[in-house]
Amino acid sequence: MKYRHLIFANLLRKKIRTGLTAGSFAAALFLFGILTVVRGAFHQGVEVAGADRLVVVNKISIIQPLPLSYRDRLLRIPGVTQATFANWFGGVYQDERNFFPQFAIDREGYRQMYPEFVIPDGQWLAFLADREGGMVGEGLAERFKWKLGDRIPIQGTIFPGTWEFNIRGIYRGKRREDDTTQFWFRWDYLDERKAFQKGFVGWYVVRIANPDDGVRVVKAIDEEFANSPWETKTDTEKAFAASWVKQMGNIQFLILTIGGVVFFTLLLVTGNTMAIAVRERVRELAVLKAIGLSDRFVLILVMTETMIVALVGGGIGLALAKLFTLRGDPTRGLLPFFYLPPDAIVLGFVLALAVGLMSGILPAVSAMRLRVVDALRRV
Amino acid sequence: MVRIDGNGNESSLVRVRGLNKTYQRGGEEIQVLQGLNLDVDAGEFVAFMGPSGSGKTTLLNLLGGLDLPSAGSITVAGDEITQMSARKLTAWRARHVGFVFQMYNLIPVLTAYQNVELPLLLTGLSTAERRKHVETALAVVGLADRMHSYPRQLSGGQEQRVGIARAIVADPTFLLCDEPTGDLDRKSADEILDLLARLVREHGKTVLMVTHDPLAADRARVVLHLEKGVLVDAVMAGGAR
Repeated sequence: MKYRHLIFANLLRKKIRTGLTAGSFAAALFLFGILTVVRGAFHQGVEVAGADRLVVVNKISIIQPLPLSYRDRLLRIPGVTQATFANWFGGVYQDERNFFPQFAIDREGYRQMYPEFVIPDGQWLAFLADREGGMVGEGLAERFKWKLGDRIPIQGTIFPGTWEFNIRGIYRGKRREDDTTQFWFRWDYLDERKAFQKGFVGWYVVRIANPDDGVRVVKAIDEEFANSPWETKTDTEKAFAASWVKQMGNIQFLILTIGGVVFFTLLLVTGNTMAIAVRERVRELAVLKAIGLSDRFVLILVMTETMIVALVGGGIGLALAKLFTLRGDPTRGLLPFFYLPPDAIVLGFVLALAVGLMSGILPAVSAMRLRVVDALRRV
Repeated sequence: MVRIDGNGNESSLVRVRGLNKTYQRGGEEIQVLQGLNLDVDAGEFVAFMGPSGSGKTTLLNLLGGLDLPSAGSITVAGDEITQMSARKLTAWRARHVGFVFQMYNLIPVLTAYQNVELPLLLTGLSTAERRKHVETALAVVGLADRMHSYPRQLSGGQEQRVGIARAIVADPTFLLCDEPTGDLDRKSADEILDLLARLVREHGKTVLMVTHDPLAADRARVVLHLEKGVLVDAVMAGGAR
């Protein structure tokens, strides 16, 4: 890199301008990082959904229940190998802002259905043995500094009263993206105490033998319960998670729109800055050419300067975004997967370089095409 | 020896034959150089004089391979540069031509050392070898002690001396100087002219210089007068005495 002092001297010739341009990249890439994190937070359920799992809910609405008796009927449908169920509890721990999902789960099938959640056998057995047993994700336990044996009071909202649970187990996720912010307790405890909807569950999850056979099994399940008082709507777990996200609005469109506008503006700002930077030193570029530096060298010189600004600015923005996410979910539970994954960082750098390339190419080509004689004549 | 009649021999360092340069301006064709012939031997110090618009700078640009003629040929040290592709011409400039400009044209964000080093970056020389060459060039122009100064920290005369160091550092075949003293006071101009004369006398350089200044021209060995794109005469000057 014998030309490095030339490159860096050019970059540092107008420090404020270079700083502001890099700052534009930093701001854009920071925003990109945060938007990616938010998008990821909303879509995480979709990303981690099991390919061989179907979710069966009441056809009217997910808040309408389904009879417990459906479990055995589901298991009789060809292609279904396992079935389990759960119920949304929706209680409040100490303060409404302390949101975390609470599920009353089927103690017989739930663990087998979700092998991505790793639970020590001893803790699982302790959970099964305690009617008021609670199983918490390690993220949740860490958030509230809970440990095994703690007694946790949760105020019911859908199911009134104060519900107390003994923490009997702490599960962890096999993958980083697995949700470890959930609280589980035994469905039979809920069913026993609740004053209504006894013998009903919130939804079923079934495992199918062959994911390629999903369409047929979905149809078979819904046909099985058609014309009953509790008709079903079955979806793959991925589709179910995606429809859940859609209820919050078109997050993807929102993020793409904001991101697109920001990057287009960045393109204009940087392109203009680089054009000014080239115009200001037309004579210098002409002198470089006169002494024997090639047209291609001049092109590469200008492009390298743009790319360095893009990389440094983009790197700062992504680093700030990463730092921001290291503090965890700022919504206190609404976005449990609040982190910037490595592939998003790589994509961020690619975007920064692409914007740098696009904004630098026109000024660089004009510098390359510069006629020495004409440029030297300019004062 | 310098000739303008087209009868120079093959051994001339610079041979120009039937050189024409025309420009189009607003639909009108302007003939800047008209069938110009020139032979310059190695080690000469030649000044080109003439009124504005006579074609002096155009001729210098053509000799330096910065522009292409409309007709005619230029051969330098056996290479016919008018037949070269743009890419070859760029490489040829790097090897054979040292430019000295009226406005010095140093890169303001580089030190004197870094400015002088620029032409050497195109060579395969190591850092240590480049350093040696740069220090030698700066010593020749008397600025060894200012190598870490930026152009803004130097006087006009010193800047021009850095410009000359940059022109000679790669040991080019000849130096092309376009009004090298045009922006300097008399004293600084004399210093620069002394330096150019010394490069010819002591280092055997060939210098072709465009100037408006008769005193500057008188330091050359031969003064060539251009009028309306034609070399009208060649006069032995003070530098020959």
